[in-house]
Amino acid sequence: MKTQAKNIQGRGYPVERGGFVPDGQVHWSLAGYLTHLVNGCLSLVKGMGLTFGYFSHPGRIITQQYPENRETLVMFPRFRGRLALVMDEAGGAPLCTACGMCEKACPNGSISVLTRRDSGNRKVLGRYLYRFSQCTLCNLCVESCVFGAIRMAQDFELAAYDSSDLQLVLYGKEE
Amino acid sequence: MTEQQAGLAGDIMENGVAMTVPPGFSIDRREGHTDEYFLNMGPQHPSTHGVLRLMLRMDGENVLEVVPHLGYIHRGLEKIGENQTYLQNIHLTDRLDYLSSHINNLALCLAIEKAMGIGVPERAEYIRVMVCELQRIQSHLLWWGVLGMDLGAITSFLYGFKERELITDIFEEMCGARLTMNFFRPGGSFADVPDTFIPRVRAVVERMKSAIDEYDTLLTNNVIMHLRTKGIGVLAAETALAHGCSGPVLRGSGVAFDVRRSDPYSIYDRFSFDIPVGTVGDCFDRYKVRMEEMRQSLRIIEEAAASFPGGPYRSKKYATYNLPAGSYYSQVETARGLLGVYIEADGGPKPYRIKYRSPSFANLSALNDLAAGHKLADLVPIIATLDVLIPDIDR
Repeated sequence: MKTQAKNIQGRGYPVERGGFVPDGQVHWSLAGYLTHLVNGCLSLVKGMGLTFGYFSHPGRIITQQYPENRETLVMFPRFRGRLALVMDEAGGAPLCTACGMCEKACPNGSISVLTRRDSGNRKVLGRYLYRFSQCTLCNLCVESCVFGAIRMAQDFELAAYDSSDLQLVLYGKEE
Repeated sequence: MTEQQAGLAGDIMENGVAMTVPPGFSIDRREGHTDEYFLNMGPQHPSTHGVLRLMLRMDGENVLEVVPHLGYIHRGLEKIGENQTYLQNIHLTDRLDYLSSHINNLALCLAIEKAMGIGVPERAEYIRVMVCELQRIQSHLLWWGVLGMDLGAITSFLYGFKERELITDIFEEMCGARLTMNFFRPGGSFADVPDTFIPRVRAVVERMKSAIDEYDTLLTNNVIMHLRTKGIGVLAAETALAHGCSGPVLRGSGVAFDVRRSDPYSIYDRFSFDIPVGTVGDCFDRYKVRMEEMRQSLRIIEEAAASFPGGPYRSKKYATYNLPAGSYYSQVETARGLLGVYIEADGGPKPYRIKYRSPSFANLSALNDLAAGHKLADLVPIIATLDVLIPDIDR
């Protein structure tokens, strides 16, 4: 014997909605059929009318023409792109004091802050390594920085062909 | 290799090809039983909403049994969470149900606040409610567009994304991200909303009101939509409850359960909104419930925007969040249903164990009851109206 499906149901809509019982047998009435036919066609025409409404009034369209407007596209100030160091306005030196709070805050180990000793034997920022391939752009490092020394940059389209291109040295790059 | 040599997951020879099927999933090959066959749907299938893999036992075009095969994008977020501080865990909740990331963030924040007794300022509560409801609309808009596309109507996909874009822009201006928000923190959020927030929200609410009517014209009243969804995938209320379904799936079956009403978190008890319920429990009822939910969310947002208070957006910020030893639970209503966060804390900055009770997982378990007996083509609207999100299932 062939295995029967548990509750094979027919196509259509339940009897309380106009003309069908779920025993697989469709019971049509002529009036119900005609009403259904007319209303069905009307619903399709109405939907098409909306489409033509947008076609003749394109002012309501809100989407951007993205790749074409790439040059003029400005992101919001809080946009979270990849990490960048904030530099001192005057000297161009980084505000970073190499305290390592961002390194601790990072959930993915994307940041390594390496220190060095300057001429006065003080600890200063030596290298700032940023592994963008591991970064989830969660903003926790920026929040943890009490000196405002790092920020999320505004750049987008950050894909790369090689993951080694995403191992960034934000400061102390060996020339 | 024969069927008797079945491995752990059960390898079955089908037309000379070994297919990995779930345990206990086999075809009776005796005389007269040979019409049935297996069909593999997904994981990379356009109408499985991500990477859901379904094993179907078919008889001709009729689906006899559906078994979801999970784990394709399992990332072990709960295990990773044990090695992350509570603050870092928030950004992992973004990746559960990525269309409800604000609401997921809130669920974890509520648990942390409950454990540490952190209060939330008035303004922060309002931000939370408005942002969460915007997120619900945004999620339903994507669902609406994709549902239309699953049924073969590309138009609805473009229309759904149109208004969704406005809401995503609000989020982007507010927290800098469009998908993985990581915005809420214990005691509030990491930043205040920008000055443009309320005007933009008002504009979205105004536009959405007429937009939902457009959606009704396009899809809700469409005869093809009716024929594809009415009477398809009927889920009885008892079955839904037995499977632990929640959200629009449960409400579509006629059970008026909503965490926002039954266990109000944040300040949801202050707003008036209705809980739409279905009568039949078929695909069309689940559809209508979600459409009505968008309207109710607009009501909440409108009410909140009218009385949006000033003041601080976050209470005292802690350097580390060390939860006292014990277990904590919080639950929220995401766009898909009840999300529960259970934390077992040992007093340190990291959870000893963190468990997410995700809505999609429970909703998916009802799939076999819904789809068995229907045609293969009906499985697509059934999956679409269950609105399962695969990262939420696999975690």
